[in-house]
Amino acid sequence: MSQSPIRDADRDTDAPVIELDDLQVRLGGRPVLRGLSASLGGRCLGLLGPNGAGKTTLLHTLLGFHKPASGGARIFGRDVTRDLDEVRSLVGYMPENDAFVANMSAVHLVRMLGELSGLPASESLERAHEALFYVGLGEARYRDIGTYSQGMKQLVKLAQALVHGPRLLLLDEPTNALDPPARERMLRHVTEIRDSGEAHIVLSSHLLRDVERCCDEVLVLRDGKVAAYRNLEAERRANRKFLELELRGEMDGFLSAMRNLGADCALAPRRGKRRVKMVLPEGLEVRKLYHEAARRRVQIRRLSYKRDSLEEIFLAAMEGAEEEVAAVTGVGQAGVEAGVEGGAP
Amino acid sequence: MSLRDRAFRRYRGRVTPRRWRFLVLWRYSRREVFSSRMVTALYALSFAPILVAATLVYLRHNLPALEAMELSVADLVAVDGTFFYYLLRSQGVFAFLLTALVGPGLVSPDLGNNGLPLYLCRPFSRMEYVLGKLSVLLILTSSITWVPLCGLVLFQAGMEPGWLAAHPNLLGGVFAGSWIAILPLGLLALALSAWVRWRLLAAAMTVATPLVAGGFGAFLNEIGLDRGDWGHLASPVDLVFGLWERMLTGVEVELPAVAAAFGLAAFAALCLLILHLKLRAYEVVR
Repeated sequence: MSQSPIRDADRDTDAPVIELDDLQVRLGGRPVLRGLSASLGGRCLGLLGPNGAGKTTLLHTLLGFHKPASGGARIFGRDVTRDLDEVRSLVGYMPENDAFVANMSAVHLVRMLGELSGLPASESLERAHEALFYVGLGEARYRDIGTYSQGMKQLVKLAQALVHGPRLLLLDEPTNALDPPARERMLRHVTEIRDSGEAHIVLSSHLLRDVERCCDEVLVLRDGKVAAYRNLEAERRANRKFLELELRGEMDGFLSAMRNLGADCALAPRRGKRRVKMVLPEGLEVRKLYHEAARRRVQIRRLSYKRDSLEEIFLAAMEGAEEEVAAVTGVGQAGVEAGVEGGAP
Repeated sequence: MSLRDRAFRRYRGRVTPRRWRFLVLWRYSRREVFSSRMVTALYALSFAPILVAATLVYLRHNLPALEAMELSVADLVAVDGTFFYYLLRSQGVFAFLLTALVGPGLVSPDLGNNGLPLYLCRPFSRMEYVLGKLSVLLILTSSITWVPLCGLVLFQAGMEPGWLAAHPNLLGGVFAGSWIAILPLGLLALALSAWVRWRLLAAAMTVATPLVAGGFGAFLNEIGLDRGDWGHLASPVDLVFGLWERMLTGVEVELPAVAAAFGLAAFAALCLLILHLKLRAYEVVR
């Protein structure tokens, strides 16, 4: 069988990994994705959201399983409806649910799927063995997949997503139904692939710890909309901490005084208490804050150093308090809509 | 990946042309198909009529052998359109049974195990998937229908110069006649397999559908009384047999050839519609 060169797989290396342009998807007449806009370029993107938020629908739309009702999406600059074949040849997909072909050994399945991705038979066989050894199924690769445990089936799904060496991996709940050692192993694979720099990853999960560990960007969806976006890697690098204050008294004057001193302030009421989040500029000491509070007769009932954990980001997004958090951290919905490119180095 | 380094690496090599990629499915299904002893036995048995027919053709042109068996040419059946019509009918029955045994096992396990997203997330379309699965059936049934029959026609033509000129429609007739049977049959097996998603039920329905349709067609003819045999339009088997008779023996049947061809095309289109509706990476729950 004659062969043709792989199709411009490495062109548009500067293009964002995923671009969403007012993407709307309707399923069964019901809107599921409602105008998603983002430009994402990180090495590993976490896709978070409660059940029904649209995470899996977004992945399916990127794979061309669902057609956008309006708007569009691009992967490495290729339109997911117009250049679908090219997109699919660049992407490896690990579905959420059990997915395999009956009466086939793992090596046969992975090899066949590699060939369907366009690999020549000998290359596909070699890479199927490699992929199965890589995910830790080397010894069991000749067994019928029907006899595999749940954890092993997850690993086969990862192997088939890797076999054709994609530029982008879409992993839908990869740690589902895994026991702790298997989960640990799966996350290690994800971080290894991320750190190899050979592929970008989109990790859809409802497990915040998994996302926090593996991802350098996170996109939170709620009701088919972008509820929050964070560049976790940038925040980690900036070691960005903030003060959380619980105050009593006339706050407005105090806050404007602090703003005049260069601090970022935002109200963050919680459980009826008047709380303020504040980031002090370089060189401004906390003593100055006490001084200003005393001068304006504002009581500081509590003061603590904090950093937005992913759980807080997620909960804030779910509560619709995103704008207030964004005001403190300086990155938020606006960042997503304006396009946050580059990501982790 | 690299086995030595145990590290992921991108694939930057060459890719195979898209045009024939669907045949990958045939290569991987072949072993599965013949892993069933029943299929293997039936497949082997399906060559028996061909061998008998080839022996007859050979004997007709080998007088010493006939004399040794104390037979004359007059004792043997004539090798003509009727001969090939009955041979095609017997091969059609084997093709039907093989399709009913093999066809449902091609699609329903993929659907039952949620395997379709694994195929369709690649540069591999639903049409190629159907083509790949259909090729398994078509290659299997071709090898017992038009391939040996065309070979037999050429064998006879080689034995008796001028015979092919006297039977100009036979070569095309067995070729086209085989395809008008094995193609709708393959589509029916795949469509039922995709529809019911249960291998055994799909196999039973593949066997039952032509029989039920035949009965329904006869019933329509019965209640239609003297309005002709238009009830056959409901029965794909009757349509195929009618077309074979017309193509191979030259006997005119009541149902016009165009109507029969239209009926078979409509039947194939219905099967394709079912496949179009049922073969999806994911079903949308309304």
